[in-house]
Amino acid sequence: MKFLSDKTIEHLREAAEIPDLTGTRYRLLERVARGGMGVVYVAEDEKLQRRVALKVLDVPCADGDLANRLVREALVLARLEHPGIVPVHDVGTLADGRVFYTMKFVQGQRLDQYIEPVASVTDRLRIFLRICDAVAFAHARGVLHRDIKPANIMVGPFGEVLVMDWGLAKLLHGDVPSHSQGADPDATIFEKPGQPADSSGAAKTMVTGHGTVMGTPGYMSPEQARGDVEHLDARSDIFSLGALLRFLLTTDSKAADTAAEKRRLDKALGAICAKATAAIPSDRYSSVQELALDVSRYLDGLSVAAHRESLFERLARFYRRYRFFILLIAAYLVMRVLILYLMHR
Amino acid sequence: MREERFQPGDDRFPPTRRSVIEAVRSIDAEERERALESLCAAYWKPIYKYIRLRWNRPADEAQDLTQGFFIEVLERELLEKFDPKKGRLRTYLRVCVDSFVSNEDKAGRRQKRGGNVAHVALDFAAAEEELGGAVMDPAAIPSPESLEEFFEKEWLRSLFSLAVEELHQFCVARERERTFRLFEAYDLEGHDKISYEQLAKEYAIPVTDVTNALAWARREFRRITLARLRELCGSEEEFHREARAAFGAELK
Repeated sequence: MKFLSDKTIEHLREAAEIPDLTGTRYRLLERVARGGMGVVYVAEDEKLQRRVALKVLDVPCADGDLANRLVREALVLARLEHPGIVPVHDVGTLADGRVFYTMKFVQGQRLDQYIEPVASVTDRLRIFLRICDAVAFAHARGVLHRDIKPANIMVGPFGEVLVMDWGLAKLLHGDVPSHSQGADPDATIFEKPGQPADSSGAAKTMVTGHGTVMGTPGYMSPEQARGDVEHLDARSDIFSLGALLRFLLTTDSKAADTAAEKRRLDKALGAICAKATAAIPSDRYSSVQELALDVSRYLDGLSVAAHRESLFERLARFYRRYRFFILLIAAYLVMRVLILYLMHR
Repeated sequence: MREERFQPGDDRFPPTRRSVIEAVRSIDAEERERALESLCAAYWKPIYKYIRLRWNRPADEAQDLTQGFFIEVLERELLEKFDPKKGRLRTYLRVCVDSFVSNEDKAGRRQKRGGNVAHVALDFAAAEEELGGAVMDPAAIPSPESLEEFFEKEWLRSLFSLAVEELHQFCVARERERTFRLFEAYDLEGHDKISYEQLAKEYAIPVTDVTNALAWARREFRRITLARLRELCGSEEEFHREARAAFGAELK
């Protein structure tokens, strides 16, 4: 038997991982990332002469749970035609038996990378509102994302915000038709803490099954963490959005402890985060629109439903909102007093 | 020679091989024996090398212990005791090896075991040559964690070597010897020394034929490797994890 050197083994691993696109309209360009179920490549659609992202399974199990999950992801994406959700183009099985789908190739940055240089809270909140738009649209179509986190949000070169990775999506009413039976629509995936979601080379260990734990610690709701999948509703995603909002508002302090976070967060924004991430679902916002409305009211300088203001806070907010007019009137009054004083001296 | 062009849909996947874990529980003695042979073929070399390094045993003693271990697997029905829910077969076997060698030491019952186990030719001389050449550097393997990685790497080497051998036989059976020679020349020996163009010139074929032949061979290599891997895993979950480890994640 031929001895294979370490170098040859590495070469074989790389060469054999490359998906066999023979018989398809795609030409492989480069590997982009490794996700929970497989690998994402950039490929060229030779018919339409455009670049697409091609997501392909690791293993050739055309009728296995993983294949069903990938096909479901594509079917869910096909249902969600929204500017904030990455559009799917094609789904199928490659000559090597691996299931794949292609989607729009988004040339952008992950949210956690994108917002690092964005200092303005207002700009960050505007990004958050666009994420809320996409998630609210999905909820209206009966789809829960179940894995909202910074790594699953992309921001494009023109500021377009896209919610990615719908592999754990749950349909609230019924299920999308799949090409084979046996998939568990409630099956969930557990991502071990400390393992990157889509960094290349990271072997993310998963546990699948009905009612098992899923998601990313810190972003999944308590009911999701308990594996209580049958009772999940929009409020579970709202918890994740609340955690995402807190991340957006505190991310510039790299080693922020809780006390530091409290100092940094405006009381009203802190209250919005707290309400969205309440441990009991009934204490959270009842819909994403309600959460987005509170954030919009904050941006407009209005009171928010999550926080009851003291008189001082109300005055401070009133001042912030009408600062220009208040200063203008104050300047006018000072001028009048000065003129009167000079006239009567 | 048969035209070696890939046709989509050609050579689809053969039926899935049965896991050795299921096969050893079969009432059919032949199937049980086949399962042990598969296990032995994939694991004897990593286990031999592991015993040599981890337990620092001379070659003749490591040979006895390796053969003794597979007899132990058979006699004590160790595979039947393996629970796929609790971990990977590979880790289980390594722990069993440690336990076996340790017990042999305590009992002082080392004995000469002649012949090969389960009709698998154990070429210890080749394994020794590999150890002496490429991998045996005790200074580079200082900790138990590194030894674990060493065992995993040797297991992958064994798996890939068996797959290459099977691919060769598969190519011969399908009159695709030239495809295998191209695969051997580029992927096994000279991917950093030789180009597709040079291979095309050498074999007097178009470059596209080289590309297609290599794509076919890699696909078949992957298929064969995964089929063997599936056979050596106790559950689908373990198979998926191992498949990702074999082709996906970086080796440590």
